[in-house]
Amino acid sequence: MSELRQSVVVQRMVKRYGRVAAVDDVTLEIERGEFVTLLGPSGSGKTTILMAIAGFVQPTSGDILLDGRAITRLPPERRNFGMVFQGYALFPHMTVFENVAFALRARGRPGEEVQRKVVEALDLVQLSPYAQRLPRQLSGGQQQRVALARALVFTPHLLLLDEPLSALDKKLRADLQLELKALHERVGLTFLYVTHDQDEALSMSDRVAILREGKLVQFGRPRELYERPATRFVADFLGKSNFIAGTAQGGDGGTLAYSAGGLTLRQAVAGAPPAPGAPILVALRPEKIAVVADTPPDTANAVAGRIAQWSYSGTHFQLLVDTPAVGRMIATVPAWRCRIEPATGATVHLGWDPDATVIVAEDASADSPH
Amino acid sequence: MTAVAATGAHSGRRFFFANERTAYWLMVAPAAVLMAAFYFYPLVEVLWISVTEPKPGLDNYALLFTSASIRRTIVTTLRICTITTAVTIVLGYVVAYVLVHASPRAQRWLFLGVLVPLWISVLVRAFAWVTLLAREGLINTTLRDAGIIEQPLALIWNEFGIVIGMVHYMIPYAVLPLYASMRDIDARTVSAARGLGGSRFYTFRRVFLPQSLPGIIGATVLVFIFSLGFFVTPAILGGGKTLMIAEYISLQILDLLRWGLGTMLASTLVIFIFVLLAALAKVVDLKRLFGAG
Ligand SMILES: Nc1ncnc2c1ncn2[C@@H]1O[C@H](COP(=O)(O)OP(=O)(O)O)[C@@H](O)[C@H]1O
Ligand SMILES: [Mg+2]
Repeated sequence: MSELRQSVVVQRMVKRYGRVAAVDDVTLEIERGEFVTLLGPSGSGKTTILMAIAGFVQPTSGDILLDGRAITRLPPERRNFGMVFQGYALFPHMTVFENVAFALRARGRPGEEVQRKVVEALDLVQLSPYAQRLPRQLSGGQQQRVALARALVFTPHLLLLDEPLSALDKKLRADLQLELKALHERVGLTFLYVTHDQDEALSMSDRVAILREGKLVQFGRPRELYERPATRFVADFLGKSNFIAGTAQGGDGGTLAYSAGGLTLRQAVAGAPPAPGAPILVALRPEKIAVVADTPPDTANAVAGRIAQWSYSGTHFQLLVDTPAVGRMIATVPAWRCRIEPATGATVHLGWDPDATVIVAEDASADSPH
Repeated sequence: MTAVAATGAHSGRRFFFANERTAYWLMVAPAAVLMAAFYFYPLVEVLWISVTEPKPGLDNYALLFTSASIRRTIVTTLRICTITTAVTIVLGYVVAYVLVHASPRAQRWLFLGVLVPLWISVLVRAFAWVTLLAREGLINTTLRDAGIIEQPLALIWNEFGIVIGMVHYMIPYAVLPLYASMRDIDARTVSAARGLGGSRFYTFRRVFLPQSLPGIIGATVLVFIFSLGFFVTPAILGGGKTLMIAEYISLQILDLLRWGLGTMLASTLVIFIFVLLAALAKVVDLKRLFGAG
């Protein structure tokens, strides 16, 4: 059953350039029809993984499987994968029509079929009126859609997209995100999407793989990654987070007591709690903090501090609060129900529930000796 | 020359001249005067002689259509230049292709290999070919000793020898514009074509080759024009049997003292080249082609 639904598997892939490991032992299983995003900062190895799947980069070790069959050594032209390159890589000397027709002509399809399928593909991306233009006569968004049509016209097994929206302005990007998502639902193809933009990854994907320095840190659904980040890096990279370092004390009935900065705080735990005395790191999202002015809040965790800085963005206030116990904290409060009047220097109390926080691991640094 | 002077004026930080235009013209002036004195004046003089010697009129030009020996020389010249250009472009294309795809380290060595011949006198190179290609030269003696041939091959003192010598001389002039245009090709378009199902060869033919076309056109014109004016190589490797136009002109002027005829042919050559360049300018951007701007 699970065998059947697998589409692409990257198995323990390593790619070294000299002494640098661009990709370091990454394993990914992508199911058929899924929209999976590789998310990570620049240089984390996203493009290299995509290129290895497409066949342009030969992994140093590990395998790429398509429906259980190793395709690691297959040349790119025999893989039947569509790819949208960073910067599109349209053929500058061919019209839009010929760009889109390329894959069909390379396969020697009859002229009538080429004509029909190209027209279909151009319709799909709403570019039919531009068929006879050259790529340089199109806007960035239109070029992006040509690249998409060119990669889809031959019904590939898989569509690979390398930061297809990063060159576009913000408004257009938001529109095309929706279009891409709709397109994915319409064609039912497996999409493997690369971006360094966390909002893009969260809003479009079925699952997101987070990469850091060539390693896969966490792979899961967007909500799961945001709510239950496995490491400090994930919590920090996906949105903002406060971190509290403490020492575990004792657990009872699903909560763990830990000490941090002379306070005793509480953290909900699902499985076995960390042993007493163990150091722990807790991540706390700014929007999960309640901010009150006078009396300490009646939440399980409460910390007092002074507002060091604040800003207003229409939908919410953002407060930077210096606390003696746990250092500087960021809190965001919806503007319409903010119960305090923000002022620099004002004393406030921060409160949160035990299940608002999550225990995360410190990330192993690539620089540390091992 | 003018291009060098002009960029000099722009790259300078601050000049003492009142404005940039004055500075520009002052810097261009020496070069312009030199060009006028040693280039345009003789050219006009040549044109003038061709319509006045031995008597005023276009009689010299009529010879283009009536003289059998002139027609033969022109046909020979065009044939040799066409073959030379074709062979040079094919070989130069291969060299440029390898250059573009080589690692930066290998590229430095390859470039050296391409450019070093430019610093060796054309005379030396022609005689070097003689020692290789002559009846008792290296190639013939080696082949005979190996028992592959009995009679020496006629590799020299004919058009074959001329083409070899000229191709050798011309290759760097083909490689440079070809390399420049190939370097501008986005390598990802080639990857994209492979990913879309194009085999190596199909991708080369439909994606790489068409994008290198400006370089091919530029190199072709450059090599063809250069080879029209070849003198030393055909004179030595042709052994006096194959007469190309440059040698024919020098023969008319220096040996036969027929100035009118010689200058007429020279003028015709110059006009032909200008027409060629004008036609080319309609197809491609010459400035970009030859690396300016
Ligand atoms: N061809 C290459 N030669 C040497 N190093 C490379 C090459 N390609 C990628 N790298 C290195 O591998 C790392 C990952 O690169 P890449 O996959 O492009 O990252 P991303 O797409 O996430 O920005 C980077 O440190 C980059 O410098
Ligand atoms: Mg990248």
